[in-house]
Amino acid sequence: MDFDLNEEQKAWKRTVHDFVAKVVKPRAQEVDEREEFNWEAVRKGGPLGLLGMNIPEEYGGSNVDMISSTIAMEELGWGCGSTALAFTAHNGLGTAPLTRYGSEELKQKWLPLVADGKGNLGSLALTEPGAGSDIQGGVTCRAEKQGGDWVINGAKMWCTNAGIAEYIITLVRTDAKGGSKSLSMILVPTGSKGLVIDPAEKKMGLRGSPTHGVHYENVRVPLGYLVGEEGRGMHQTLATLDAGRISIGGISVGLAVAALEAAVNYARERYAFGKPISEFQATQFKLSNMATEIEVARTMLHKAAWLKDQGRPFNKEAAMAKLFATEMAERVCYDAIQIHGGNGYSRDFHVERMYRDARLMTIGEGTSEIQRLVIARHVLSTE
Amino acid sequence: MKIIACIKQVPDSEAKVKAENGQITWGEAPLVINPFDEYAVEGALQQKEALGGTVAAVCIGPESAKEALKHALAMGSDQAILISDPALSILDTAGAARVLAAAVKKIGDADMVVFGRQTLDDGTGLTAAQTARALGWPMLGLAGQIKVDGGSVQIERVTEEGRQSLKGKLPAVLSVVQSIGEPRYPSFMGIRKASKAEIPVWTLADLGIAAPETVVKRLEIVTPPARETVVEIIGGETPAQIAEQLADKVLAEKVL
Repeated sequence: MDFDLNEEQKAWKRTVHDFVAKVVKPRAQEVDEREEFNWEAVRKGGPLGLLGMNIPEEYGGSNVDMISSTIAMEELGWGCGSTALAFTAHNGLGTAPLTRYGSEELKQKWLPLVADGKGNLGSLALTEPGAGSDIQGGVTCRAEKQGGDWVINGAKMWCTNAGIAEYIITLVRTDAKGGSKSLSMILVPTGSKGLVIDPAEKKMGLRGSPTHGVHYENVRVPLGYLVGEEGRGMHQTLATLDAGRISIGGISVGLAVAALEAAVNYARERYAFGKPISEFQATQFKLSNMATEIEVARTMLHKAAWLKDQGRPFNKEAAMAKLFATEMAERVCYDAIQIHGGNGYSRDFHVERMYRDARLMTIGEGTSEIQRLVIARHVLSTE
Repeated sequence: MKIIACIKQVPDSEAKVKAENGQITWGEAPLVINPFDEYAVEGALQQKEALGGTVAAVCIGPESAKEALKHALAMGSDQAILISDPALSILDTAGAARVLAAAVKKIGDADMVVFGRQTLDDGTGLTAAQTARALGWPMLGLAGQIKVDGGSVQIERVTEEGRQSLKGKLPAVLSVVQSIGEPRYPSFMGIRKASKAEIPVWTLADLGIAAPETVVKRLEIVTPPARETVVEIIGGETPAQIAEQLADKVLAEKVL
């Protein structure tokens, strides 16, 4: 047993923390208020390796282990939920499937473009107006072979980063008969003719991370833009989401850590009945619960990440960690607002934003309900 | 270009440094690369990028100082060398300069040696110039910009009065200030390389010199007395009255 990070991971944590403290956290309130994306974080984060966490070094990536990736998401989440979400959508969804399943040609062409932070990001489009958790039955976006091209028609929703992306890996139905082998992933460059990206959605939180509806009207891309195998799209999606769950959990832990820090600072400064409210048990018990829950969530996440790094099954642990961490973040942010009293409800205090940001975490990349289904499948399995 | 960056490991800027039993202590605070030296490494890496070549980071200190060297490696330095010897536990700036000069000679063929403007701990800002003297090389201090042109180097020196342009022959010793640009963050690739790097340790015997005699002796080390501060809230009916009172106080305290 060893709970310590290795030297490389410790140095990485320090570096990312310094970066986030300087470039990401100070702008968190502003990007949320103005619904702006923090491009500086991309420009400066690229050279650090924050955009190539799932990209091998030969394509310009940093190819970090899952623990290091989780640490980075915790730090980014601590700084700004919006920026963290854009980064994890880029790494986990936008680049991981391309690295894992893409052809050599596709990887060489597209990965270096999105790894260095000089250009745009990567994105993945799964959800549709009629397909959320029910991907297999619900996806109607279709692709047909015509000559040397795929011709894509349909619509996607809730596509994180679409408006700031170089390409959108799109889950499409390539076999009209349906079934688990009827879906495929196709890379669609954002400059493609017939591709329409809607204005960013008006969201409750994470307002500095643009999320879009996307429409495909006879969009043509070469047959070679198929990512992975034809008919393996469903399998590839599920495998991609498994790792994504750990990252969303990481952002949740980061948000909770930031909320706890804010609550501790506030409780020390705010006086009531002649003493700081941190001296009242009502406050102390809240703070204790918050700190304990964060510790539990982080330990679960690191274990799931460790299992992945060992090449062992981690589907159950990732689902459990995501479920707990995301719901924990909402509880911790709720209590952080409670400790702030009326001030916590004001947009002048950051806990208000953290609470709104945390709310998405129990929905994105598999809802809490889906996580419970995944866990139940393991609990009830006869293996 | 062969550039050598001389760096030091110091307590973190947030450390509470105090004197205890005639020794300086900083509690549990972490040791980090001297923040001013990050600008030196940044300046060296900029020259390497512009002209090609290598950057070697050199540090005098105990085994733990390898962490500071690893930071320089992670930023992009090609090589790191730790100079460590029990005989160097007491060292003044002149002594450090002699040791560093010997290391520069042992590395050989250096075109440029860069320092931060000062250290965060002792803060004398003397070592760069003393090393230049020990090497017999020109010293170009407080460089905010560096431009190498053939066999010479031109710097823009940043002073309180303004900027000066200086030119000197290479090889030369430079000290670098913040205007050089924000030090780059180590990349994950750099961290990976640094964590695997074997950092050689050179002793005085390796350098072929005897322990330098310390010229500066510390007779007594004491914590400076805490500064007494008083907070006074100035009242008044109108902003004008408050301003008047504030002005009177400022004048009475001889602040202006």
